[in-house]
Amino acid sequence: MAKSDVKVLGAWPSPFVMRPTIALNIKSVEYEFLQEDLGSKSELLLKSNPVHKKIPVLIHGDKPVCESLIIVEYIDETWSSAPSILPSDPYDRATARFWAAYVDDKVFPSMKEIFIAEGVEAKKAAIQQLVDGLILLEDAYVKCSKGKPFFGGNQIGYLDIAFGSYLGWLIVTEKFNEVKLLDEAKTPGLAKWADIFCADPAVKDVMPETDKLAEYAKVLAKMRAASK
Amino acid sequence: MAEEVKLFGIWGSPFSRKVEIALKMKGVEYEYIEEELGNMSPLLLKYNPIHKKVPVLVHNGKPIAESVIIIEYIDETWKHNPILPQDPYERAVARFWAKFIDEKCLPALWNSTWSKGKDREAAIEEASQHLNTLENELKDKKFFGGEEIGLVDIVASFVGFWFGALQEVSGLELLTEEKVPKLCKWSYEFVNHSVIKENLPSRDKLVAYLSARFADASK
Repeated sequence: MAKSDVKVLGAWPSPFVMRPTIALNIKSVEYEFLQEDLGSKSELLLKSNPVHKKIPVLIHGDKPVCESLIIVEYIDETWSSAPSILPSDPYDRATARFWAAYVDDKVFPSMKEIFIAEGVEAKKAAIQQLVDGLILLEDAYVKCSKGKPFFGGNQIGYLDIAFGSYLGWLIVTEKFNEVKLLDEAKTPGLAKWADIFCADPAVKDVMPETDKLAEYAKVLAKMRAASK
Repeated sequence: MAEEVKLFGIWGSPFSRKVEIALKMKGVEYEYIEEELGNMSPLLLKYNPIHKKVPVLVHNGKPIAESVIIIEYIDETWKHNPILPQDPYERAVARFWAKFIDEKCLPALWNSTWSKGKDREAAIEEASQHLNTLENELKDKKFFGGEEIGLVDIVASFVGFWFGALQEVSGLELLTEEKVPKLCKWSYEFVNHSVIKENLPSRDKLVAYLSARFADASK
């Protein structure tokens, strides 16, 4: 299909936006990336996602698909030739979906909490909560990968995409708080996995640079302080 | 190999009933284990150590948690009487609405019943908007899934059945024929569907239970 038949509405700092772009890269599907202006929403976005008005949105032909992980499943089912993104076995699929939901419902809010927490004690508690979650994910990584490099085995899969899309922000969190979140002592598997994931050809061009993200995080923090 | 299917649930929980509906639609035989809110069994805690909640499906010894994930597992394991559509775009749409109902509608409807003061007003406003959104999505279909119930209908059972009971207890009037006529018609079709009506808790028992909780909460 022509490149213009597949569009992704997104913004470069968003971990959620990376999910469909990584998935499209894995499938070698050409797409047009339409950058939304941070702070304002385009007509196209409002028309394509009237319920949530959020990115990412995949527009395939004239059909919009919303919600990052739903988009990833759509990409896997539409461009169904190898490599597969979701595992083929129903139990493995349920496991991957479970941990992806865990990442979104528990790990990401913990990370945000660290940025918002005020005072040393609150920050420490938020960091500990995140670390506890990462240790659970380390265990999931060991079970899912079965000795191979990715959660998905030899190739990047659904759970790699779900969790890996947060790595840019995880690194910024480490920098701002001078703490190691994925480290060789507590999460050795994930520490190695993170490097392999970020270096993968499907990922490296869509993963934002840490310095750029760090600058953006500082801007967000200033905005938050100003609005109090 | 003989199939061994167990479901851990709670009689009044919309989440475990959703899974029961899915199993019944597929005609899958299962053993049901009733759990108690606030006093989960050691077995449940072993099968769902992360969230410690129902429902949990255990298939041939392997546990699966989270109601919609379990329903997708059931659909992929027992392929007859499909719950999700076949077409990838329609599947994405079904998953979208299931997520909207679970993550937006349900909390707003729940909070509009139980919270107080300004929080309650905000929840009521939000719940009204979400019900209108669902009304618009339903259009003239008999069910969200078309002619037959599908994933979205199952997930919307909270709206179709539980919220009716909650309204009776709280006196709220959000799901009314005046405000959302199509959704009300859908609720009627849904609770009277042959598979659904045998798999809902007794309305009287539910109303009694919720009334007691509501009375306690109002003190």
